[in-house]
Amino acid sequence: MSRQPLLQVRGLKKYFPVERSIIGRATKTVHAVDGIDFEVLEGETLGVVGESGCGKSTTARLLMHLIDPTEGTITFDGAPVENTRISLRNYRRNVQMVFQDSYSSLNPRLTIEASIAFGPEVHGTPKKEALARTHDLLARVGLEPGRFAERYPHELSGGQRQRVNIARALALQPKLIILDEAVSALDKSVEAQVLNLLMDLKDEFGLTYVFISHDLNVVQFISDRVMVMYLGQIAEIGPSEAVFENPRHPYSTALLSSMPSIDPDNRTEEVPLAGDPPNPIDPPSGCRFHTRCAFAEAVCSLDVPALTPVESGASTNLPGGAHEAACHMAIPGSGHTRAAPAAAAAAE
Amino acid sequence: MADPYLRLDALEVTFTGGRKPVRAVNGVDLTLDRGETLALIGESGSGKSVTLRAIMRLNPEKKTRIGGKITVGGRDVTSLGARALRQYRGGEVAMIFQEPLLALDPVYTLGDQITEAIRRHETIAKEDARKRALGLFERVRIPSPERRLDAYPHEMSGGMRQRAMIALALACRPELLLADEPTTALDATVQIQILLLLRELQRELGLSIIFVTHDLGAAVEVADRIAVMYAGRIVEEGAARDIINTPRHPYTIGLLKSRAHGAMTKGRRLDAIAGSPPDLANLPPGCAFAARCTLAIDACRTTQPALITTETGTRTRCLRTDQTRTRPGELVGA
Repeated sequence: MSRQPLLQVRGLKKYFPVERSIIGRATKTVHAVDGIDFEVLEGETLGVVGESGCGKSTTARLLMHLIDPTEGTITFDGAPVENTRISLRNYRRNVQMVFQDSYSSLNPRLTIEASIAFGPEVHGTPKKEALARTHDLLARVGLEPGRFAERYPHELSGGQRQRVNIARALALQPKLIILDEAVSALDKSVEAQVLNLLMDLKDEFGLTYVFISHDLNVVQFISDRVMVMYLGQIAEIGPSEAVFENPRHPYSTALLSSMPSIDPDNRTEEVPLAGDPPNPIDPPSGCRFHTRCAFAEAVCSLDVPALTPVESGASTNLPGGAHEAACHMAIPGSGHTRAAPAAAAAAE
Repeated sequence: MADPYLRLDALEVTFTGGRKPVRAVNGVDLTLDRGETLALIGESGSGKSVTLRAIMRLNPEKKTRIGGKITVGGRDVTSLGARALRQYRGGEVAMIFQEPLLALDPVYTLGDQITEAIRRHETIAKEDARKRALGLFERVRIPSPERRLDAYPHEMSGGMRQRAMIALALACRPELLLADEPTTALDATVQIQILLLLRELQRELGLSIIFVTHDLGAAVEVADRIAVMYAGRIVEEGAARDIINTPRHPYTIGLLKSRAHGAMTKGRRLDAIAGSPPDLANLPPGCAFAARCTLAIDACRTTQPALITTETGTRTRCLRTDQTRTRPGELVGA
């Protein structure tokens, strides 16, 4: 299967200066996103997981071009995304975003129909037509237009507001929607409703999702491919089944075993991963995970492991791209004692 | 059988501050033995945090009407005087919150906050109080505790702050720890650390714990017993194992079914519970869940179901338990 990449990200970096010297030079920088390459294929859902501070949300903002990257390029549908008014306007017609906080992402002084119709109007749709489309969309996300169209955001529940945000994201008929912790603030029973809605809309409108969440259960459920991030870099990326069933980066393994078990007779007995993520201001040398990794060896603190294709056991030929991990143990001949010798790589 | 350590009898909490009284808790009966961990599960607005605050008497007194009885360690909490209440809070019962950054004082070091709490409750020299604070930091496994005692809350990571808050809560050797969603704001890797720490403290100090959460997984990791709340009432309660494996209330079943858990087939729709929780200022006369329940009959809408005991010993508030039998463990993919 060779689906076209809808979005292509190359060498994306974002540094935030946190302290400046007298002459205005940055003396300390947060390496929020530090050189990531990935693709989003047309029609897929790419899940992004990681701990707080790993750069998930910065990546989302970079993709949406809400902030300028320090380095790197984003290519959408074959054309580079550039920071010019016309280009961005056109880009945002195709790429929309839903945020975690359903309340602060809506204008409190606009009725929800005005909020949803605002985008199409700015992009030149006649008012009447924009309103008609708004009502269709409200009905589609499960909010009866007659009852809800003229309400204000504070009159709705969290789940209803998030439906409004989804309708607003759809109003410009985008190709790609970035969902940044879009269901995280919802109660579990409402979360399930919104997840169902997202899946239905994806089929109906042929959407592509980038789904960012810290909830691994939800990501596993909704994603075709998963990207695991650690301190601004990609630790592992691959088809959802491969990453969840056969994680090849020790960080992914630890993250997965941190999910609470639902089995009262089989509770977690050992902490899978000690400590907190290190400070992204001064990330560890070599593999960024080596300070918390149970398998770390000398090579891990010296060399930065590159994302390398790994064998995924039985599921090598899964659709949707390669399974890659950035770990010395997965790189043949890396010098790690658990890595395969360089020559034996092809034999396996 | 000895009296339970904590007992709530028909607890009712009504907030009278707004235009209409809001009935946040509507008759909660609950017991907790010494050394037992109970998880109180529910969605936002189900009354779980309000129940916890009522035990600590933290709800604003002027705007709250409390009905029923709260007994902790043989004492009637609702009638404690100001002085006894000061001793009770911290000395008998301590609480930890979801957001330590809001619960801790930003302008004092953690060491100062803990020694102050200890010296409020006991006559003890400053140095000794600090030694105890150090011991507490070691106990909750804060690395380089000596240095961290002199840190301000904002200088620590989320997980460390939560550990520090637990240390503060334990400062005056309470018997009961009330935990209000202490792991909700944490990353999965840190959440499991805190859950295991709570379990260890419970075992070693013989603490009783009430753990409020909306996450069934977190509840299973720490609790002996689980009570499920909906619209201010406990709708189902029993041993954690039985609640997870053989739930009988449609709401509990719905919660278990709607989880996007690994055992689910990919791409299948989730069995979401339709609708949303009722308005607490305008509760229906019957079962509050009836409007969202697929099994509801007319009787559900008019009468308040009584608590019945099922064959596994769990207690549930439902008229339709004859329809809610599932294969044990079926809902969690066992």
